[in-house]
Amino acid sequence: MVPFFHSVRLDADKCKGCTNCIKHCPTEAIRVRAGKAHILEDRCVDCGVCIRVCPNHAKVVHTDPLTRCKEFAYNVALPAPALFGQFAELSEPGAVLDALLGLGFDEVFEVPLAADLVSQAMRRFLQERGPGPWISATCPAVVRLIQVRFPELIPNLITLESPMEVAGAIARQQAIRSTGLSADRIGVWFITPCPAKVTAIHQPEALAQSSVTGAIAVSQIYGDILKLLPRAGSARRRLQASGLGLGWGRAGGENVAVGIANHLAVDGIHNVIDLLEELEMGRLQDVSFLECQACTGGCVGGALTLENPFIARVRLRKLAAQLPQVCSLDLAAMEEEWGDVFSIKGEIVPRPMTPLATDMYSAIAKMERLEIIERRLPGLDCGACGAPNCRALAEDIVRGRAEEKDCVIRMREMWYTRPDMEKAKGAKP
Amino acid sequence: MGLKPLLEMRFPVQGNDFIQAGEASSRIKRTLQQIGMESSLVRRAAIASYEAEMNIVIHAYHGELVLTIWPNLIEIVAADVGPGISDVALAMQEGYSTAPESVRQMGFGAGMGLPNMQKCADELLVETKVGEGTRVVIKINL
Ligand SMILES: Nc1ncnc2c1ncn2[C@@H]1O[C@H](COP(=O)(O)OP(=O)(O)OP(=O)(O)O)[C@@H](O)[C@H]1O
Ligand code: SF4
Ligand SMILES: [Mg+2]
Repeated sequence: MVPFFHSVRLDADKCKGCTNCIKHCPTEAIRVRAGKAHILEDRCVDCGVCIRVCPNHAKVVHTDPLTRCKEFAYNVALPAPALFGQFAELSEPGAVLDALLGLGFDEVFEVPLAADLVSQAMRRFLQERGPGPWISATCPAVVRLIQVRFPELIPNLITLESPMEVAGAIARQQAIRSTGLSADRIGVWFITPCPAKVTAIHQPEALAQSSVTGAIAVSQIYGDILKLLPRAGSARRRLQASGLGLGWGRAGGENVAVGIANHLAVDGIHNVIDLLEELEMGRLQDVSFLECQACTGGCVGGALTLENPFIARVRLRKLAAQLPQVCSLDLAAMEEEWGDVFSIKGEIVPRPMTPLATDMYSAIAKMERLEIIERRLPGLDCGACGAPNCRALAEDIVRGRAEEKDCVIRMREMWYTRPDMEKAKGAKP
Repeated sequence: MGLKPLLEMRFPVQGNDFIQAGEASSRIKRTLQQIGMESSLVRRAAIASYEAEMNIVIHAYHGELVLTIWPNLIEIVAADVGPGISDVALAMQEGYSTAPESVRQMGFGAGMGLPNMQKCADELLVETKVGEGTRVVIKINL
């Protein structure tokens, strides 16, 4: 299997080896070894939780600088819906499009507009495919989570691309048509709130290649946009997207835009995990459409945003209310013009966590050892060993990547019960 | 059975404890995943043991789940001390439930637990004695 690409990386110089990230990681994918955090590649889903909790800012996301535009003859910006919720004084969302053009992009294609189209495609999908339950595949952290922890739910994923991918595919074709340039001379840049989207660009799950060239973090481009935001009332461009498309940037917005009965929206990766557990157990039969977003508040809560997600969420709702509530574009006409840019064409494959051993007999033997070791550990789940809890350390030990003496309490016990220590009672180590 | 079990793990379950409820079956699920069992088997075992665990929580006083892996099958035994079941055939029917209103409020009591176990298992045995308890044996072939 191709190894995971990960957008979330460690800046080893900044990492102090604290236990914040290991304790918060929803898939137990981080260990501290020799004073530095390490990401277990087969478990990380790029949700970005560790970026938010790291007090030393040692978790970094591999995004592109604006200067990469120089490598291309023509550049298109794809602003995410969440970007529009970042600015306090913004009265007209179109002003953000102006600012992006002011920064040197040759064209802007609104991801909220692609969201409008994806909403229509989803509505059609749900009507054609029956009751489900169907899970939206638009949050790439959720898709990876399902591949890693809930492979049985892969058939429940809606096989439609995310608004980002659709926006990229249409924008690239438009650029080719309007400039006559070849595809490789056109740069298409997603302005991203999200580390998982960066991963989805560099290693798309079911595509040979993403239509998007790279990703520029909202947090990086924020200051540049802010400087160029025109005063209220002077925006030249207007948003073409509807309020519903813009609403995709916040939790619940996708549900509203798709407008199907028996829907459910859940945000925050821990909540998503709980809900998928329920679903996998077959206990959510009356839900037909599930919007799952890894970030609290939805994409406005993405790890690469700056504004408080709750504030951004309200702001996005207000902006969306000013826009028309119907999309100006027709799905069938767009398909006619640009081809099927909507369906996920490849296969989303299971990527289950590596078992303790490849054959069942040795895995079971390791499982027995794991149980015995776990019983010897103190059960404090303190994290000082570098694993998120005692059971995880026991697992690491049987996997051969940790030792029992990594537990400070076990270490002290072992010291005191050494034969020579028994003799020299009372002596301090 | 003649054969030697490869692994045996026991998980206590407390009646009426809705906070701990589900933990035994999620430990079973995780164990099977770590051993590298196929995900469809893991799912069937997880659903069946969850239903069996919830039945102890809801209908019995206390009990335990025992996971045993044999060379050819996964066996989950849910044994409890409790009121027992007076009519097993009736209890096995979809929609039959004696769960009280308070439990239905929590989303249980659809009368689907035993039928679900039946669907997930290759073999299901229910041994019960009114006034003493119940023993449910779930077998899933490897
Ligand atoms: N361990 C048990 N002890 C006593 N009675 C039980 C036990 N398990 C099941 N029963 C009886 O069998 C009935 C049917 O069980 P079943 O699991 O199918 O449905 P339920 O538990 O009532 O509802 P659901 O499982 O859908 O939440 C129960 O309502 C109860 O009367
Ligand atoms: S909720 Fe949005 S920002 Fe967060 S991981 Fe998913 S797609 Fe990215
Ligand atoms: Mg039941």
